[in-house]
Amino acid sequence: MKKRNWYLTLGFILTGIIASFIVMGFIWTPYDPNAIMAGPKFSPPSFEHIMGTDNFGRDIFSRVLQGAGSTALIALCTVLIGALIGIAVGALTGYFGGIVDEALMRFNDALTAFPSILVALVIVGVMGGGKYNVILALGIVFIPSFARVTRTAFASLRDVNYVKSVRLMGAKPARIICLHILPNTISVLLPAITIGFNNAVLAEASMSYLGIGIKPPDASLGYMLSEAQGMLSIAPWYAIWTGGVIVIMIFAVGLIGEGLQHCGRESM
Amino acid sequence: MKKRITVAVLILTMLMGLLTGCGTKTEATESDAPAPVPAEKRANEISVGIANDLTESLNPLKSGYTAGTREVMFNVFEGLMKLSSDGSLYPAVAEKYEVSEDGLVYTFTIRDGIKYHNGETVTAQDVAYSVEQCMTPDESGAMVEPALTMIEKIETPDERTVVFTIAHPDGEFLNYLTVAVVPEDYTEQDTKPVGTGPFKFVSRSAQDSVVLEKFDQYWGEGAKLDKVTFKIIENADSMVLSLQSGAIDFCNHLPTIQAAQLSDDFNIAEGSMALVQALYLNNKVAPFDNELVRQALCYATDRKQIIDVAFDGYGSVVGSSVYPTLGKWYDESLNELYPYDVEKAKELLAQAGYGDGFNMTITVPSNYQQHVDTAQVLANQYKEIGVNVEIQPVEWATWVSEAYNGRNFQTTITGVDAHYPTARAMMERFISDQSNNFINYDNKDFDSLMAEAIGTSDEAQRTEFYIEAQRNLAQHAANVYIQAPADLVAVRKGLEGVNFYPIYALDLASLYWAE
Repeated sequence: MKKRNWYLTLGFILTGIIASFIVMGFIWTPYDPNAIMAGPKFSPPSFEHIMGTDNFGRDIFSRVLQGAGSTALIALCTVLIGALIGIAVGALTGYFGGIVDEALMRFNDALTAFPSILVALVIVGVMGGGKYNVILALGIVFIPSFARVTRTAFASLRDVNYVKSVRLMGAKPARIICLHILPNTISVLLPAITIGFNNAVLAEASMSYLGIGIKPPDASLGYMLSEAQGMLSIAPWYAIWTGGVIVIMIFAVGLIGEGLQHCGRESM
Repeated sequence: MKKRITVAVLILTMLMGLLTGCGTKTEATESDAPAPVPAEKRANEISVGIANDLTESLNPLKSGYTAGTREVMFNVFEGLMKLSSDGSLYPAVAEKYEVSEDGLVYTFTIRDGIKYHNGETVTAQDVAYSVEQCMTPDESGAMVEPALTMIEKIETPDERTVVFTIAHPDGEFLNYLTVAVVPEDYTEQDTKPVGTGPFKFVSRSAQDSVVLEKFDQYWGEGAKLDKVTFKIIENADSMVLSLQSGAIDFCNHLPTIQAAQLSDDFNIAEGSMALVQALYLNNKVAPFDNELVRQALCYATDRKQIIDVAFDGYGSVVGSSVYPTLGKWYDESLNELYPYDVEKAKELLAQAGYGDGFNMTITVPSNYQQHVDTAQVLANQYKEIGVNVEIQPVEWATWVSEAYNGRNFQTTITGVDAHYPTARAMMERFISDQSNNFINYDNKDFDSLMAEAIGTSDEAQRTEFYIEAQRNLAQHAANVYIQAPADLVAVRKGLEGVNFYPIYALDLASLYWAE
């Protein structure tokens, strides 16, 4: 029975639209996103400024394009750091077990016990703000969840028959981990990565919202949202657009994640 | 490194506070509660929002008071003389004073039976002690009032008389005697300050609030309110929310965006802030040690746009370190010294060898949205001349220790104020060896102009010297001067008696609830 996976289709379409806007934002924006007085202050959405302007007269559409780009970039890098290290740690501990497994996992527990934003706050507090430190801080925060998911998958697979067979055939652990077990955990890891991406978007937004993320005048969706808060009664469109884009972005990637989980279930 | 560890520890402590459920939280919400109370039931007290915490030590005889601290403590301390809102001086702790014919001997008579907040009576010895402390360097090596060193001799012939003999006649001498008079034998001035002002200090909780109460035995008319609570609210948006919710009734230095959002429950009073907002340049750090670069930045600055964009058109342009409400000392012509001229700026940069521009960092105290906004506009303007600006928002405490005291910055946007409404108070800090010369300005001409101005007894001549010194700052582009910002004060309807001073002061004694 071939049933169309609507989650995946819709998710990819939405993500595609957003991604193309982001790519466009890197190449071209209607105005310079940081140009002061590109239009009158606080002008509501119009043909010239389709999302209106903010308190500096900056074009919100241009800023949303740029901001979505930096938010997505931060989220991607964060997930990349978190997933690479997390999967490596999870794979090793899950496959070998033993005392190292115990120690690392308890450390993991300790790290997860703190709310993630607070851990990131501590790291940024020590190292200073800015885009790259935020990526690093969030990346570290995201390691435990990936490690945990991977470890569980590996632990359940390390003693199944086909793994035992290749071990008897003399395969080295590295080969078993990379070639034999890892491909079989993809159905678990892919959704974890999409969920991680969403969490990273939200985490960046909250950190910039708290004023410790990106530095002005650079735009990121979270930072713009925190700027918008101050003018909610004068320029409500500012908050609506930026908030809306965050929602759509998360919704799109969330759909893909959901779709992948369905795929996984069917193939198992 | 040490500071980073402290930051980490602080954040971890906060985190623990969150995890353990924050026992104090409920109290805070209770005290926030007194929302719009009907006028007849209203307690005779107000809450005032301030943007940053007071300095660590509240002792007025130690240097290092920030403008925000001075503003609050203006209500607690008084000197022999006190400033009124029109800029004139009147005797406060003193009842009267006499000046000798040659202008060298000042004889003060202390008010009969005037008391400190702790019930002690003010003595002539206290006055002598306080003035002496202000002219002695403290642990940090700075003096509270260097100008007082002109005093040669202080005598106290009896309990109520103090006689000052000064080195040369000085028409501004009385200004300096506004330094606080405090009891000599009192040791807790750092944490529980005691003065003679209309309000007495009751308590302070760091990063949260400061409480003042009416001083019943005040010598004069005294405060009309019984109690004032200062709440420290660093974020301008939270300030507006606190005003709207009724948690605070009064707040000054409100950014225009926030002021525009206030409902009809508030009146907005507009005055001029007694300070000069500028892009202060560290004159010792390359490329700002090059006068041409500094001048180029001045030409590349469109002050009008800053005021229009970041201040909604409120504020008046200044061209040097003296603000307009200082009257005779203010030289308006300097405002036009560096008209907005991108070509000229580029030319100067090319001359200085920075034809391709350069990268610079503007350090801004992040709790002042106005300064952060100004930085954003400036960054955009400097792009025109190829100068790449990185904005570095830092916490207030970090700004004070690193940038202001540590002089570890390239450029910074802030407002510099004066202790007294005099040109000297505004410019003395730029004398090359002055302890608070945070921009490292080093100009021999300026030093000698200031020395001459300070040493001259003739009033007209002295004013001339100060104007000359002011020109010196502008011509050598010591800083990129921007404006004297407008001071927008949000006052809950029914609260009357708001006063503006030509110095950074917040007079609470005159406030009252109209029936």
